[in-house]
Amino acid sequence: MTTASTHWMRLLRLMILGLGALLMLFPFFFMISTSFKPQSEVFSAGLSLIPQQWAIIANYSKAMTRIPMLQILANGLIVCASIVFFQILFALPCAYALAKLKFKGREFLFGLVLLGLLVPIHAISIPLYTTARYAGLLNTLAILVVPFTLSVFAIFLFRQFIKTIPDDLIMAARTDGLTELAIVWRIILPNAWPSASAFAIFSVVAHWNDLYWPLISVSKMHLATPPLGLLFFRAAEAGDDYGALMAATVLITAPLVLFFLFAQKLFIEGMTMTGLKG
Amino acid sequence: MTRTDPISRHENRAGLFLVFPTFTLMVLLLLLPTLAVFALSLTDAELGSTTFTFLGLDAYSDLLSDRNFLRAFKNTFIYVGLVSPASVILGLMLALLIEAETDARGFFRSVYFLPVVALVVAMASVWQYLMHPSFGPINLFLNIFGIASINWLGSSDNVLPALAIIGIWQAIGFNMVLFLAGLTGINRDLYAAAEMDGAKTAWSRFWVVTWPMLGPTTLFVITITVINAVKVFETVATLTQGGPAKASEVLLWSIYQEGFVFLHIGTASAMAMVFIVVLLVLLLIQTRLLEKQVHYT
Repeated sequence: MTTASTHWMRLLRLMILGLGALLMLFPFFFMISTSFKPQSEVFSAGLSLIPQQWAIIANYSKAMTRIPMLQILANGLIVCASIVFFQILFALPCAYALAKLKFKGREFLFGLVLLGLLVPIHAISIPLYTTARYAGLLNTLAILVVPFTLSVFAIFLFRQFIKTIPDDLIMAARTDGLTELAIVWRIILPNAWPSASAFAIFSVVAHWNDLYWPLISVSKMHLATPPLGLLFFRAAEAGDDYGALMAATVLITAPLVLFFLFAQKLFIEGMTMTGLKG
Repeated sequence: MTRTDPISRHENRAGLFLVFPTFTLMVLLLLLPTLAVFALSLTDAELGSTTFTFLGLDAYSDLLSDRNFLRAFKNTFIYVGLVSPASVILGLMLALLIEAETDARGFFRSVYFLPVVALVVAMASVWQYLMHPSFGPINLFLNIFGIASINWLGSSDNVLPALAIIGIWQAIGFNMVLFLAGLTGINRDLYAAAEMDGAKTAWSRFWVVTWPMLGPTTLFVITITVINAVKVFETVATLTQGGPAKASEVLLWSIYQEGFVFLHIGTASAMAMVFIVVLLVLLLIQTRLLEKQVHYT
């Protein structure tokens, strides 16, 4: 009796989860299906997911040529990789000092970290933009990276983690003659690797998606990041050519989604870890 | 000034050396810009013009009578009010269902998480197609059940709920994995103990054990969802640009328009300060609630 009812419970649960999964995947199904359809069919064909006539080549070649798609994806990759690199480079020594060393101004510095956790880029974009304008930095790849080289969130996260590293380990390294900077890169970094990779995932997802700052600081097509590139594509596309638009969305969504599908555990653990510590 | 233990000279020097580059960045990229936003908010500065006058708090009192800004404020809160409860409750329900699963757990977790890693601007374009008034699949579905087509993004009554649907779809998976992490932290023995104490049904065990034990996680998920929803920008910029008739005008879109389209950086700075205050209030509420909460662990 009990086993029968648990079976029914499980069936019900799987049905709810399955239905929900279909709802979640619904946009992805239509995105891919529509990217295969000719324009006439998009307007008329109704709910069929399988095209009657295939327009893969027409749609995808429009998506590849109307905007410099590969360049845009490369920009996204370069910008995200540079941001993560500099964020870790600057955050780790600072986090180590905040966690393990006593120095003058430590409280003030930690106050700045908390200020940074509060104030998002959107709120300070006006002075950043004005400064970049006068410095002639607008419309460069550098301006897409520079404002994000400082991540107070990374400092906060790494500080929490480094606090759990035993002092003995650091003392031993000092006895071995390592400088404080060497301790950061040779002792702390290898130990903090799980935190660092979790943060890297979080940061890449955030900056791969960011539209606000690129929209403000870059207006040239060849410097566009994926979200901005798609906005340019939409602007260049006068009518409702949804087939080509969906082909562009497939190409632009694919890299991060594929990365996720190959490294699901890393992604979910990364996002959870950074989420819960934040 | 009393110090319990004196700072060693070596440690002080090492500390200052290690934080110096980051401290410089913090001053340049965070502290000075924040002060500049406040200073600009007291002026009528415009981008490109070299002169400006000091207005004091006038810009703020002007905002109070600026119908567009008030509209943006109200719309943002309606959006937050639609997205947060739905995505938190659905995220929790999914986490509970998936937690109870064995073999299929990883599969469902990945499926529901997928929207989190899909480019927002791209998926907004997909939703625009799905919600198209005449040939959008959502309306075609509704038509099957005899429901008339809905003008989702093009009508001022429907545009915020339509954007909220996209926001909920994006947020559910993230909330779900946060709740899943919270659930794994609950000691299994508590459930057995609750059962002995008379909580015979799964429903009553949820209220006796899961819900109170998840308290800190829930509070955190609510805060992060609200803060992310307050920052809604990508979908608005891609799909509606604040329209139709300002019906989807939200805070960040207003700041963007005022500062970077109309180039009124004085007014935009005052709006940005209001935005910071909104975030500050949200964080203070969270901290206050967190302090009040009973800690079981």
